[in-house]
Amino acid sequence: MADLRSDFIGIKSPNPFWLASAPPTDKEYNVRRAFQAGWGGVVWKTLGSEGPPVVNVNGPRYGVIHGNDRRVLGLNNIELITDRPLEVNLREIKQVKRDYPDRALVISLMVPCDEDSWRRILSQIEDTGADGVELNFGCPHGMSERGMGSAVGQVPDYIEMVTRWVKQYSRMPCIVKLTPNITDICKPAEAARRGGADAVSLINTINSITSVDLDLFAPQPTIDGKGAHGGYCGPAVKPIALSMVSEIARGADTRGLPISGIGGITTWRDAAEFMALGAGNVQVCTAAMTYGFKVVQDMISGLRDYLDSHEMGLPDLIGRAVPNVTDWRYLNLNYVTKAVIDQDACIKCGRCYAACEDTSHQAIAMKPGRIFEVIEEECVACNLCVDVCPVEDCITMRELEPGELDRRTGIRRADYANWTTHPNNPMAKAAE
Amino acid sequence: MSQARLSPGIVPGRLAPEDLALNFRDIAPPLTAHEAQVAADRCYFCHDAPCITACPTAIDIPLFIRQIATGTPDAAAMTIFHANILGGMCARVCPTENLCEGACVRMEAEGRPVEIGALQRHATDGLMARPGHPFRRGAPTGRRIAVVGAGPAGLSCAHRLAAKGHEVVIFEARDKPGGLNEYGIASYKTVDGFAQAEIEWLLGIGGITIETGKALGRDLTLEGLTADYDAVFLAIGLGATNALRTGDEGIGNVGDAVDFIAELRQAADLAGLAVGRDVVVIGGGMTAIDAAVQSKLLGAENVTMVYRRGQDRMTASRHEQDHASASGVRIIHNAAPVAIHGDGAVAEVEFCYTEDSPEGLVMTDQRFRLKADQLFRAIGQRLDEAPGSPALEGGKIAVTGPGRTSLDKVWAGGDCAAGGDDLTVTAVAQGRDAAEDIHLSLSP
Repeated sequence: MADLRSDFIGIKSPNPFWLASAPPTDKEYNVRRAFQAGWGGVVWKTLGSEGPPVVNVNGPRYGVIHGNDRRVLGLNNIELITDRPLEVNLREIKQVKRDYPDRALVISLMVPCDEDSWRRILSQIEDTGADGVELNFGCPHGMSERGMGSAVGQVPDYIEMVTRWVKQYSRMPCIVKLTPNITDICKPAEAARRGGADAVSLINTINSITSVDLDLFAPQPTIDGKGAHGGYCGPAVKPIALSMVSEIARGADTRGLPISGIGGITTWRDAAEFMALGAGNVQVCTAAMTYGFKVVQDMISGLRDYLDSHEMGLPDLIGRAVPNVTDWRYLNLNYVTKAVIDQDACIKCGRCYAACEDTSHQAIAMKPGRIFEVIEEECVACNLCVDVCPVEDCITMRELEPGELDRRTGIRRADYANWTTHPNNPMAKAAE
Repeated sequence: MSQARLSPGIVPGRLAPEDLALNFRDIAPPLTAHEAQVAADRCYFCHDAPCITACPTAIDIPLFIRQIATGTPDAAAMTIFHANILGGMCARVCPTENLCEGACVRMEAEGRPVEIGALQRHATDGLMARPGHPFRRGAPTGRRIAVVGAGPAGLSCAHRLAAKGHEVVIFEARDKPGGLNEYGIASYKTVDGFAQAEIEWLLGIGGITIETGKALGRDLTLEGLTADYDAVFLAIGLGATNALRTGDEGIGNVGDAVDFIAELRQAADLAGLAVGRDVVVIGGGMTAIDAAVQSKLLGAENVTMVYRRGQDRMTASRHEQDHASASGVRIIHNAAPVAIHGDGAVAEVEFCYTEDSPEGLVMTDQRFRLKADQLFRAIGQRLDEAPGSPALEGGKIAVTGPGRTSLDKVWAGGDCAAGGDDLTVTAVAQGRDAAEDIHLSLSP
């Protein structure tokens, strides 16, 4: 049976599933329940400076995007960092860590962007026994208006500066949590690395308005008729997070920097995908907030089954897909596929036909008896039919054999060639 | 236990009133809003959807389900009513397993269709509960049309004609309008006086008057109607029932299932309705099922439905057969009645087992008898008598296209017209289409 024990920048945990810094990790009661359910670690909800804690709104903190049957696809929040006194959090962290020495316990921090504030908080958490710190440079709402959270994460120089302070005043491993609300995720990651960060974690939440109340004409969640943008998370953000993780994993100046993957991880499969793209471990929030802490048990058994069935260990998985992430210009333009409809599996809903006929390439014929057939002469292999088909694996893409005729172009499948050498590319270099 | 429960013969009050109320409650209670949302979410919004093709009125089912899913059930109801003004009744009585739901691609996918009938009821119930009527009558044309029969075909035709601005008079032979909706459907499928409420709602469009107690051939003649009106739509249903070959005239406690069903529907108090202890129903269609099940629900101890052919030939849907079996009705296939025994009243019915063969039904030597103190015939209906001179086809009024008969100015639809299944929804479609054709013929 696959060994799921994880060592992330020297922080050990019985599995690579951590709860992200968020409402589920705000206090001892929740964290103990999480550890009892099997979570490998937690990043304690972000602590701020001592003194009067922040306050939260007293109306709704979350907005939601639902899929069929009210499945939570996306969640948006306007909750701030912990609104409990610093000393209470520190005391609880110490007690929990003492009782669960085998679990990872990382403290998320967010204090004003000055050296003194950071030196002070680091000294205050020193004797909690925590395994590391995560710098919250990500939250895009509320605290960012006060020059913290994503306001720092959007300025690489600040990231570098603060990270340097943290490494100077603490011996703890330091994870820098990145905001996705930037144009190039590699820039803040590079800054974190320059500052001496041991790892980055991403993504934090995305600026968002989940919906508009069409009677109040106000964004949701609505507080007394007004709404402010929140941070978006949940399954809907996973593709964005995967891309950003992959960019750091393969970036010239960021590759090799350990990554803690975050963003819509709901199942073991999601977690495995993040890890394949270079994440050394993963952090989860929305899935736990939707289903409770027990979801980790499926993540554990599922990842174990997957690794066993592929005869892999956890280290074999991490980063395994990174070499296959490339730029568009290097994609093989001579790779040709055609859609194939399995007539036995087809339930004759015609969605492939509607999609192709109305919005794509008119490459599916509808024949008497609701028989849907691919017209290879028209099929550009766009995959839309596969995507809209409600039956898994009913429509698949068949790869043409080398030398096989593409009936759309009249050209036989040739060897690998990409845009850089394509005759239509004015910048093309002749193939050597 | 009620004293009357095991009494021999045909007696009322076999069950306590509270048991009767439970037995005859709504068989398919309306979906809650949450149930409707979950059910609507299952629709795939198919292209050129098979469910539409399977619906005789061609309701745009994926569209109305999407309208429910997006929180606009009234818009969904309008989508339904534009195609089928009796969409409320059809949601209750359609054999959906043979129609829209049977065609649902989810059947192919996982053997469980989208609950189209229940969703249709959800949408239509909601809109019908609102005050007023959602359709407006067109500007008066000055044309007058006579509709004979206030069943589904007649009502559907009348509503569409009224919407076009024509003036419609419906002549109905019985005391109440509704036809089979009012007299011919098992009580638990349309509870709380829905049939009359639906008619009242339908008449809200205006321009329609109903004259009850007016039967063609008795109070009216086709010649008279064609002289007095610009067009006539015949929707008189099938008045006569087929008799058993055993000869059953004059034998006591032998009756027509349709009369029993009608009596039950009209009964003010089910406890006063008499039923046998051992009931036998002969037939294999919906009428047989409705009579058998309701006999059981009234408290008959043994109810047996006997059909002369195999199960695959029964016109009652499988769903209805299962419902009968679950209600405690025994169904015997491949047996035909050969004799009714009894002294004045039926005491036993003798059957002969049959076999289907290429030459037709063959009687075997195997016989059996069923104890019976009440026997219902449910072996089909036919046109009462030729309603004047339109040409017939197979015993029904011959029609071409949208209900045109052999006579000028005379259209026909519903069960009295040849062609189509004898279903409420088919009658609605035929009435609607005839109305469109009548309108075209009257347009300058």
